[in-house]
Parts: sequence; C-alpha cells; structure tokens
Amino acid sequence: MTFALETQELTIRFGGHVAVDAVSCGFEPGTLTAIVGPNGAGKTTYFNLISGQLKASAGRVLLHGDDLSGCSAPQRSHRGIGRAFQLTNLFPNLSVLENIRLAVQSRARLGLNMWSIWSNHRELISRAEEVLETVALTAKRDIAACALPHGDQRKLEVGILMALEPDVFMFDEPTAGMSVDEVPVILDLIRTLKARRDKTILLVEHKMDVVRELSDRIVVLHNGALVADGEPAAVIASPIVQEAYLGVEVAK
Amino acid sequence: MMLGRLLSGDLPRSRVLTAVLIAIFFGLLLTPFLFPGARATNVAAKICIFIVLVASFDLALGYTGIFSFAHTMFFGIGAYGVAIALSTLGATWKALAIGTGAALMVALVLSLLIGLFSLRVKAMFFAMITLAVATAFQTLASQLSAFTGGDDGLSFKVPELLTSAFPLSPHTFRGVALDGKLLCFYLVFAAAVVLLLVMLRIVNSPFGRVLQAIRENEFRAEAIGYRTVVYRTCSSVLSALFATLAGVLLALWLRYNGPDTSLSFEIMINILLMVVIGGMGTMYGSVVGATLFIIAENYLQDLMKLASNGFSGVPFLRDLFHPDRWLLWLGILFIVGVYRFPAGIVGKLRFSAWKKS
Ligand SMILES: Nc1ncnc2c1ncn2[C@@H]1O[C@H](COP(=O)(O)OP(=O)(O)OP(=O)(O)O)[C@@H](O)[C@H]1O
Ligand SMILES: [Mg+2]
Repeated sequence: MTFALETQELTIRFGGHVAVDAVSCGFEPGTLTAIVGPNGAGKTTYFNLISGQLKASAGRVLLHGDDLSGCSAPQRSHRGIGRAFQLTNLFPNLSVLENIRLAVQSRARLGLNMWSIWSNHRELISRAEEVLETVALTAKRDIAACALPHGDQRKLEVGILMALEPDVFMFDEPTAGMSVDEVPVILDLIRTLKARRDKTILLVEHKMDVVRELSDRIVVLHNGALVADGEPAAVIASPIVQEAYLGVEVAK
Repeated sequence: MMLGRLLSGDLPRSRVLTAVLIAIFFGLLLTPFLFPGARATNVAAKICIFIVLVASFDLALGYTGIFSFAHTMFFGIGAYGVAIALSTLGATWKALAIGTGAALMVALVLSLLIGLFSLRVKAMFFAMITLAVATAFQTLASQLSAFTGGDDGLSFKVPELLTSAFPLSPHTFRGVALDGKLLCFYLVFAAAVVLLLVMLRIVNSPFGRVLQAIRENEFRAEAIGYRTVVYRTCSSVLSALFATLAGVLLALWLRYNGPDTSLSFEIMINILLMVVIGGMGTMYGSVVGATLFIIAENYLQDLMKLASNGFSGVPFLRDLFHPDRWLLWLGILFIVGVYRFPAGIVGKLRFSAWKKS
C-alpha cells in the first residue's frame, strides 16, 4: 500500500523545544484524517512541515512515495499539497475574486506570462467564479479581502485552497471563529470533497462532534508526539484522549 | 476596444483622471507648437523621460513592494552608456545602439546580482545594500574621469538627424523650425509613450498580478505556488532596464551627461516624491506625478519670483517667497498632498469615481 502522504520520523526543534517529535504517519488516498490535540500540541507546526513553510530538523515527508525534503513551499504546492491556514492569511487589498484567481493562475502555471493581459484569460476568471460560488462568496467578489467580516475571510481562506485543486487538502481549524450559520458551508464543502474519494484530507479541528462525524480516522498529537491513532470511536474512547485532549476541552 | 488593448485593459477608471491624462498627452505632444521656445520643449522632454523613470520605479516599489536606492544608478548607466559610446565612437546611430546595448547589459548583470544576492534579506537591509552599491557607483563615476569625464561629465554630439543643424523642411510651422531637434523631441516622446505602454502591459499581465500578490502577502504567494524570489528578481531587473532606457533618452536629449544630471541622490528623492504624489502602484500615477513635479520644479520658482517681487515691501513675505525657497514650498505642497491624498492623486481620483458608481 503506498500512502498518498506519509511522514517518517518528522521532527522540528525550536531551540531546546521539540514542537513536532518524530511523527511517523501515513495517510491513505481518499480518506479524511482528523488531527486533534490540545493547544500547542504541534498540529499547525506539523502542517507547516508538510507544506514546506518550515524545514524539518529531522525526518522526511513523502508524497506518493517521493521524498519532498528538497522541495520548497511553492514546489510542494505545485506537486499537490494544498493548505488553508489557521490564522487567516489573505492578500488584503486585492479583491475576493482576485485572491482566488491568483490561486487558479498558479495552478495553471501562468505566473511568468508577462505579455498577455490578465483579464483576457477568461478561463481563469470563470474557474475562480466557480470556486467563489462553492464558498458562498459570489456576492462579495469585488470587495477587498481585508474588508470582509471574519467568517467570510475564513471562507475565502478555504476558497483559495479549493482553487488550487491539490491532491492533499490540509485544513487547519477551518471553522474557528465562524458564526453558527456559516459553519455548514465549510463542512458541506469538506463532506463533498470527501465523498469524491480521490482526495486525501487532513483536518485539524477542535469540535469533537465534527471530528466524529467527518473523519475516517483520528490521530492525536500531544507535546509534538503522536500518542494515539485509529478508528474515531476507539480513539475518542481511549484513556489517553480522555485525559490529554478531552480533559482539556472539558476544562476550557 | 483598440485603446483598451493598448492600455492592457487598465483604463483610468475615473473621468477626471481620463481628462487629466488626455490633457497631459496632448500638452506634451503639442508643446513645441503651443509654447514656442527651447525652455518649454526642454521641460516637456524632461517630463517624458521622468514619466518612464518614475513608472519603472513604481514597477518595483508600487507593484512589488521593493524599495531600491539604486534606481538612479541604472538611470545613470543608461545615460553614461550613450554618452561614452557617442563621445568615443562618434556621433553615429551605430554608436547609439552600441551604447544602449552595453548599458542594458551592464544594468541586467548588476540588477540580477543585486537581486539574487540580496532580495532574500529583509526590505530594510535590501534598501541599505542598494544604497551602498549606488554610492559606490557614484564615486566610481566621478573617479574614472578618463572614461566618464569625472565631475564635469561628458558633452557629445548626437547623430546629425537629431540636431538643429539638420533641417527637415525649409519652412517653419507657426514660427517653429522643423529641424532635427524637433525630431529628437518626438523621438523622446514616442519612446516614452511606447515604454510606458509596455510597462502598463507588464503590470497587467498574469506576471504583474503575481507582483501585486507578493506586495500584499509574500508568505501566502509562496504557499500557493509562486516562487517569490524569481518574481521579485524579475521585477527589479525589469525596473532597472526601463530606468536604463530612460537614461538613454536623457543623454540623447541633453547631449550631455554628468553625475549631477543622472546619478545624484537628489534625483532619487525626486523620483520618490513623484511616485508618491501621483499614486503608487497605478502606473498612471507616474504620469501625473512626474508632470506635476517637473512643472513645479521649473515654474514654481518663476511664480515665486513674481510673488516675491510683489511683496518687496514686506521683508518676511518677500523672503518667504524668495525663489530659493521653492523646495520648501514643494515640501509643504507634498506634505499637504500626502495628508489629503494618501493613495496619491490617481488613487484618490479612482476612489472617488468608484464611490460614485
Ligand atoms: N516559529 C516558531 N518558533 C518557536 N516556537 C514555535 C514556532 N512555531 C510554533 N512554536 C511552538 O511549537 C508549539 C506547537 O505550536 P503549534 O502552533 O503547532 O500548536 P497547535 O497544535 O497548532 O496549537 P493550536 O491548537 O493552539 O493551534 C508551541 O509551543 C509553539 O509555541
Ligand atoms: Mg494550530
């Protein structure tokens, strides 16, 4: 069995602090894996190592069996690793549509084209409009990203990821800070994505009901280390999660 | 439609701005006939050249967010390239081509080196590195006097077709001699229009859109697959090449080049003022900014002389309006301008038009 994505002994140290500690984990194509763990467990850092925002101190990331160690973040993006950020990370003064169109353009590898007029590439714009529709932002296409309310910024963040059409989707708390009526848009999107069964999805999520419903498997990180991995029901019931994760949740 | 393509789909998007741009275009085009006399034509030629220079600066600063002090260095390389070639090889078109080609090569190599070695560092350090390189180049230009004429600079002849010694027609038109000097003006004008349109195309290409993305959020641009070092390097190389071409036009027009005409730090400050007054990241801003600034630079002093003479009985006001204080007044205008229009004139006009629609 080759994994769509695999990390082997993936480790990063910040000074003396080991933020991700020798995490070995494989993700099968077509599955949704939830990654859970208390605040500061290293979930976001784990994502940063996979998508290339951070360089590992040790260990490897494999995509369809290929070692990505020498690849930069842009290269990993082109190879099919897509990433939505926990802290919204947009092009603030560009329009909502342009935020998405830039991702579509990157996927079409047209970035170094200096001589055509961007607006003549209708196919990129229509694709961006399609994506905008899926994240329910069509009405706001011409507004600057920074002028959007928080919930819409989160949707746009996810929209940029959708526009990249990667093989591996990594969502980092996509619904955090969203109002109750906005959450379903994002969850439906993830559900649809999962139903296609050809994409590999990694989801960091604190809401346990969401995790229970969506995931095929749960991986638990604690102090940077992988401490539990398996079927959702079994993992949630395991003492280590009750203590290490749900204990924190309850205490909050 | 045709015009839309020429402007790369980037229309002024404001009636007032459209009117201003049309006025500037025809004003410059017709200057030799509307305002006879060498001075007005000189000012118009300088405006054309600075539009290119400021637009090329805007390509890096306004669109990509790269601030470089070495911009006048490339302006100087263009001007010195032509000056040295024409004064050593003679006043031929071939010498002009060689000078321009050599200048572009030097600019390409230098900007590529600066880009590859220092665009990875923080913006502040990058600015400091370019400042160091530019200062070194300036010193070099005045030291190598056998080559560059030192502080005195180089006077040289241009191909005869571009001089007043070459009559195009025995007639005059509205009292203006139709000679090679007039032709030279229109050469500068046409080159400026073409170069501006090319830059407008570049910033409105898919590539130009990535530059703006990098200016907005470099980290995210990387994350969606753009290798930002490549784009930033391309942007600063292009910016340098266009500045070089502006320098070529300057030398061709002045038939002289020296450190003060093309390399001085003052020009660097002026370019910065022009791009900020006009509106960063708009291209049209460089047209408006350069035009306003150079007209002010040349005629504000006259206006002040008038005012100063008018106030000759009031010592304080007389001194305040003394022509030597023109920079003070320009400074005041600048501060008021930036305070009132933080996005520059073009930004302001577009915003008002957008709000109305
Ligand atoms: N660039 C960095 N430099 C130093 N320490 C870092 C850096 N990035 C993360 N850390 C540390 O690594 C640890 C893991 O952080 P990370 O953001 O990955 O946690 P998380 O599981 O995503 O938490 P949360 O649920 O709050 O998002 C934290 O202790 C954090 O302070
Ligand atoms: Mg996190």
